[in-house]
Amino acid sequence: MASPMKSITEPQAKTTEPQAEAVSLTGAQIIWDTLVNEGVTVVFGYPGGAIMPAYDAMIQYPIRHVLVRHEQGAAHMADGYARASGKVGVCIATSGPGATNLVTGIANAMMDSIPMVCITGQVGSNMIGSDAFQEVDFTGVTLPITKHNILVTRAEDIMPAIRQAFYIASSGRPGPVVVDITKDAQQNSCLHRYDPTPIRLPGYRPERHPLPEEIDEAIEMIKAAKRPIIFSGHGIIKANATGQLLDFVSRTNIPVAQTLLGLGGFPATHPLSLGMMGMHGEAWVNTAIQEADLIIALGMRFDDRVTGNLKTYAPNAKKIHVELDPAEINKNVKVDLALLGDVREILRMILPHVEKRDCAEWNAHINALKGDSAVREIQSLPDTGQLFAAHVIFDLWRYTQGKALVVTDVGQHQMWEAQYYKHDYPRKLLTSGGAGTMGFALPAAMGARMACPDDEVWVIAGDGGFQMTACELATCAQEDIKVNIAIINNGFLGMVRQWQQFFYGGRYVATPIKSPDFVKLADAHGLKGIRVTQRSEVQAAVEAARSFKETCIIDFRVEQEDSVYPMVPAGADLANMIRRPYPEGHNPIFETGKDS
Amino acid sequence: MARNAAQPELRTFVAYVEDQPGVLNRVTSLFRRRCYNIVSLNVGRTHEAGVSRMTFSVEANADTAQRIEANLYKLVNVLSVEDITEKASVSRGLALIKVTVGPEKRAEVLQLCDVFRARAVDVGTDTLIVEITGDQQKIDKLTAILAPFGIAEMVQTGEVAITRGQKGIAATAATQPPAIRGIVAA
Repeated sequence: MASPMKSITEPQAKTTEPQAEAVSLTGAQIIWDTLVNEGVTVVFGYPGGAIMPAYDAMIQYPIRHVLVRHEQGAAHMADGYARASGKVGVCIATSGPGATNLVTGIANAMMDSIPMVCITGQVGSNMIGSDAFQEVDFTGVTLPITKHNILVTRAEDIMPAIRQAFYIASSGRPGPVVVDITKDAQQNSCLHRYDPTPIRLPGYRPERHPLPEEIDEAIEMIKAAKRPIIFSGHGIIKANATGQLLDFVSRTNIPVAQTLLGLGGFPATHPLSLGMMGMHGEAWVNTAIQEADLIIALGMRFDDRVTGNLKTYAPNAKKIHVELDPAEINKNVKVDLALLGDVREILRMILPHVEKRDCAEWNAHINALKGDSAVREIQSLPDTGQLFAAHVIFDLWRYTQGKALVVTDVGQHQMWEAQYYKHDYPRKLLTSGGAGTMGFALPAAMGARMACPDDEVWVIAGDGGFQMTACELATCAQEDIKVNIAIINNGFLGMVRQWQQFFYGGRYVATPIKSPDFVKLADAHGLKGIRVTQRSEVQAAVEAARSFKETCIIDFRVEQEDSVYPMVPAGADLANMIRRPYPEGHNPIFETGKDS
Repeated sequence: MARNAAQPELRTFVAYVEDQPGVLNRVTSLFRRRCYNIVSLNVGRTHEAGVSRMTFSVEANADTAQRIEANLYKLVNVLSVEDITEKASVSRGLALIKVTVGPEKRAEVLQLCDVFRARAVDVGTDTLIVEITGDQQKIDKLTAILAPFGIAEMVQTGEVAITRGQKGIAATAATQPPAIRGIVAA
């Protein structure tokens, strides 16, 4: 995908070969030479004063630059690129406000452990600390929201800094790294030759390995368990351990519950997949967790949205925590055994020694908990002409054969997506989990599309969150990035409205939200727009969107005051769920079997 | 000795860090962010070029202590961390105490200082500056005893600590950091 802007000037790759003689380059050139040598082909950014030398040099290198409309979009695009590809995403911005606009995107990447490198311009080194124009202490600002950050004031430090940034961002538990480069460092020249030798940082040891006796202990605990349950987290996807997990489950028949970010790490259509756990997990999943006698937690961190009240959480279960980051052990939930290391490696170590079993009784019990709920209520209600968000997402799953790369925003639609779109493949659901960043979906989807141009990419966003980064529609148009956008438009900030309904006496303060005409908005950008108000129109709209070569928005006008069920109120016991009220006039189809 | 692991107590950590601008900020920012309350902190260079050593005391229970250690290891510039609370170690702080004391009671103060092996480093007409080294308890005790005479001002360093025995704490831990291991008591 060549940008039309790029063809004006001939790109001439000047990248230094690793073995080549050192040549004199400007710091700006060194930035790109190093990025190219690190395998970067696309960056997302926005120019400005302190980063202009870098932009000026960019044209000489084989780099596709995506010009965003707001730097937050650049950070989310780099994030989406990284989530979809497993590679490091790169964004670039100028000093001051350019850099601070990245902050939300960086914090978002930090919370979900996304490998990302952010290059920012900084005022000249002689002006640092003088409150110069567009000066912000960006390493100071990003200290608590980055895995590491580096301020570079000399041209000769640029290559080592960027190489370190890539190494730190992508190794161990990944995370975002900021490289803040002063303008004079970009302008000055020095002898440069890309150094391909492995980085050694004396204080950074990302690898961990469990002890053999710990592995033995785990095997014994698994053997002794009668009601074991596996938690599959984001770590399974990051460690590319989906195959090992499948092997492990095939051998042991232990049921698998997933975290939000773990969805896709284990096939949702597998008979032993329980689906998402926690606040909006199905009742049978949370019930199974409360009844389990062993939790095997793989690459997850017992987030408060997962556990609910810690005092009553999984009271009968021993817990094995397989985790790369020792700081996560015993943070929220006390565990009985911690296996520190790469989850893929640990599953490989355990697998040959764990005994075959069928877990038949336990699985039958969980299946009984499901009851009639295998056919969920909303999707199986007769078509009354009303359009529910669940219809839209369920149908989207059907018509995309469950193979789309779906990027969700934050709120009700995100939870419905997690419940109704059955992800069988890893890296096909990208969502802002830890940070819960509204506005994530559109830019992240654009980054994902850049990483996986052959994938069918769907944005699912609410009418509120979509408007937070809707300016990136213009980027879609200018950069020819094709994504399909399903706006679940209910005229409310839906999740907040739901909380107001449940916990704030139904006072809808500042949640009714007026949106522009999204079809006209698409049109104004030279993109496609479709409005859907009936379930019968969903299929045609989805197929039309797929057929357009441009980005297409579908404005799904769904029921305004529908809520996500079940729901464990924040901090409540996991077993204490708010259930969907029985629909009047219908034979109630239970949301879960264990209704009382 | 049976200890209640859940009970917060004063714990002492020793960390080697790279001697670079901003590293102290990274460490203290981590403490602030995770709400660990630093009781005392000392940083200084070591016999190895480019390596600084920190000693810090934190109110923490055993669980929190483990996470403090694990979180510190996540900082790229931190070379090694050790919780030496349970180890045989020597710890010392230094205090300078300016006592408001005239000639009539000077001898009495000096005599008390003698008991603590503190010494006078400056004598004025109405003041006396006392220097004392020792662990926090000793410094606190002398301060309390001098208080009735009148303390004009006092200053003290954070405690520095070092483990007893031949084997030192490695400045650059070549091996895997000894973080959380094995079965954790519930």
